[in-house]
Amino acid sequence: MKASPYLVLALMLAVCFTLATSLEPNAALWSNRAKSGNVFSLLFGDGRRMFANEFFTMADVYFHSGYYPSVFDLREEDQKEIVAESHGHTDSPEDEIKEDFLGKPKDWIDRFGRHFRVTKHTHLERGNEREILPWLRLAADMDPQKIETYTVGAYFLCQHLKQPQEAEAFLREGLRNNPGNYEILFGLGRLYYQNYHDIDRARNVWQLALNCWMKQDATLQKENKLGFEEITVNLANLEREAGNCQDAINWFQAAQKVSPAPDVLQQQIDEIKVKMAAQPSPTNSQPH
Amino acid sequence: MNTIWALAGIVIKELYRRKDFYVLFVLTALITIAAGMVNFFDDPKIVRYVKDICMLLIWISALLIAIVTTARQIPAERESRTIFPLLAKPVTRGQFILGKFLGCWLATGIALLVFYVFFAIITGSREQNWPWLTYLQAIWLQWAMLAVVIALSLLGSIISAAPSSTTTICFIAVAGILLVGGHLNTVALHQSQPLQTIFYTIYFLIPHLEWFDIRDRVIYDWGLVDWLDCVLATLYAAAYTGLFLLLTWLGFRRKSLNT
Repeated sequence: MKASPYLVLALMLAVCFTLATSLEPNAALWSNRAKSGNVFSLLFGDGRRMFANEFFTMADVYFHSGYYPSVFDLREEDQKEIVAESHGHTDSPEDEIKEDFLGKPKDWIDRFGRHFRVTKHTHLERGNEREILPWLRLAADMDPQKIETYTVGAYFLCQHLKQPQEAEAFLREGLRNNPGNYEILFGLGRLYYQNYHDIDRARNVWQLALNCWMKQDATLQKENKLGFEEITVNLANLEREAGNCQDAINWFQAAQKVSPAPDVLQQQIDEIKVKMAAQPSPTNSQPH
Repeated sequence: MNTIWALAGIVIKELYRRKDFYVLFVLTALITIAAGMVNFFDDPKIVRYVKDICMLLIWISALLIAIVTTARQIPAERESRTIFPLLAKPVTRGQFILGKFLGCWLATGIALLVFYVFFAIITGSREQNWPWLTYLQAIWLQWAMLAVVIALSLLGSIISAAPSSTTTICFIAVAGILLVGGHLNTVALHQSQPLQTIFYTIYFLIPHLEWFDIRDRVIYDWGLVDWLDCVLATLYAAAYTGLFLLLTWLGFRRKSLNT
């Protein structure tokens, strides 16, 4: 029996209509879920966080231009260098030795094989840092709650690529996904201070960051002392630049309580005190 | 030699008559172009991720073409019984093996050339840089590595009757060597006996195909490998290719051709 094409078409339309009515309520649910996360969370669920970590690692691999240990190379698992760099850390000669994961060749196969591999430890520079950005973008899409992605991305966009507007947009996206996160707020404050030279806005954002840091429970505060130190030291520098010497001293003193190098901060305080003594009429106020 | 070339010519014709190459090339091109069109932070100069994706796809495609094309050569000839009139002509079994190998290797080389021209156009148009010598080294080393893979697949195809099983086993073996082969010595160091000896034996026996993978040098612009090292690596690949072809011939010359 040969079916008429019109009948087949009518049947297909009926099937489509039936499917649409049954799928529509579920589709509404999907769109709600999509609003809460993104297409990756819909597709991969919590498994996307694993991909996010991989993509973040890829950014670090690119930062080293391919010189990176594999799972077989034994290396102390410490902070990724893109994260360390975003906190202002630069490699010392000891760090360089620690990062030579290859060591001496174990045999002739290993020795000869190294002629074809990347065996030199370098970091991207002169604007080539842009190459890490696609992986950070993907990491942020995969796991919007991974804070480091936003702070590291914004740092490189600002400091190395001179794209503060893109950095601000990325940080604000991070803030939308992680409301009240002190690390992102700190990054935003740094952007206002260093790139836009907007002292008032930077001060407000950093103080908000400090409030958010304070709201953490005691255990988290103990773990994240570096965050507190970064915020207070930057606030101190900001106040010093603004001419509020007493405020600057207060912030440095607050930073001293958690700093691993309080002597360095004491030197800064002493310098400000000398400056204050040299000035005839101090006009200082309490910290904001 | 003419016989070998004639056999090789048939294999090359087979490559461009079949759809495998076209499908893989179109897929590679589509994925690369789609990846290249994504805008990251409004920066059009970002290029390395495109190179990375394209090179990875080229490697996967070339391996697939090499293994799949080779694995079906002898079983197909036996199944269609065309091997009988072929060997009834003055064609020795050695020439047959060499002709098949040469055909598969040249066919893979042509495919590789097309892939690399596409790669050069895509990356060159983005970064306005054409490191032809680096590309030449990359393609040569990859082609030399594929000679070993093709010889290995040919050996597999006379052991296993089904092309699918040969393809699967060869793909797993090659992927295993590429991913883990270079690290077996490190793994062996942390094992107790007799595992340590077993790992070391495998490490020294397997062809180290990972040497020929200079993708990182191309992607991160590390420049040329020393030409002497390229020559030595080529000789290394030639030695393993010769060994696998010899084993294939030894196995094939006594093999019954009835299916």
